[in-house]
Amino acid sequence: MKNKFNLFIIIIFLGFCFIIFYKGLGNSNTYSPKISNKKNIPIFEAKDFNSNAYLDSEKIFDENIFYIINIWASWCVPCRTEHPLLMELSKNQSVKLIGLNYRDNLDNAKNFINEFGNPYSQIIIDNDGTLSVEFGAYGVPETFIVDKNKQIVKKFIGPINKEIVKEIKLIIK
Amino acid sequence: MKILKIFIVIFFTISFSHIKSDEKNDVMKSKILKNIRCLICQGQSIYDSESEFASSIKLIVDKKINEGMKEKKIYDFLREKYGDWVIYDPQLNKNTYVLWLLPLLLFLLGGAIIFKKLNDQK
Repeated sequence: MKNKFNLFIIIIFLGFCFIIFYKGLGNSNTYSPKISNKKNIPIFEAKDFNSNAYLDSEKIFDENIFYIINIWASWCVPCRTEHPLLMELSKNQSVKLIGLNYRDNLDNAKNFINEFGNPYSQIIIDNDGTLSVEFGAYGVPETFIVDKNKQIVKKFIGPINKEIVKEIKLIIK
Repeated sequence: MKILKIFIVIFFTISFSHIKSDEKNDVMKSKILKNIRCLICQGQSIYDSESEFASSIKLIVDKKINEGMKEKKIYDFLREKYGDWVIYDPQLNKNTYVLWLLPLLLFLLGGAIIFKKLNDQK
């Protein structure tokens, strides 16, 4: 009777381990941070792309509208893919696009904008990547939606696509 | 002459205390960087990684230490930005109860079994 009980316990334990590992097999082994609740935008000071003057975050986000912050660089290939979609989003009057130029050569970045068009109402420079960290980004491109209360409500890692554009339009409606 | 001696002593005391504080900051920086996971090359710490993300984090940590931010506050800052996973040393919270308590439970269970066996042998 005691042996049967021990066997039962061992089987239950092995079954438990099997379920844990089996479920683990289906999980992705790469981690990407998610936004579980709204976060305030960081308070910062950054250089303006065109004038080289320093701007503070209050001045950049001074209107009571939605903002889209897009982290981009001229050397980033996926940024080229998403650029036409950003151009499309920039036509929307209820939102302003802020570009955050990430660890880039200024001349190359200017050539990029001249070649593909400028969807941004303001571009700020992040030479050392620290401003992107303040936003919680870890790569490029990344896109953040900031609501009227100046809170980040949504974050998209990687290039945006048509589905994401639809989602963004629903959020900023 | 006496004034000059006093001045020299004060000068060296201040200089050495500054060097000591720089060393202390370097030690703290290395400790923190070794405890942060690189999100680009997942499996490496920020200390070991050469990715752009890692170099940005190194700059941020350096900046925060120089601003006088404590180690725990720096971890809290990074957790707020990237979640618990970014820190190698997980905190005790509802997601990590099993992680922290299971070894303790297994240890107690093992102890109880050994104790029972020894008692039975007597």
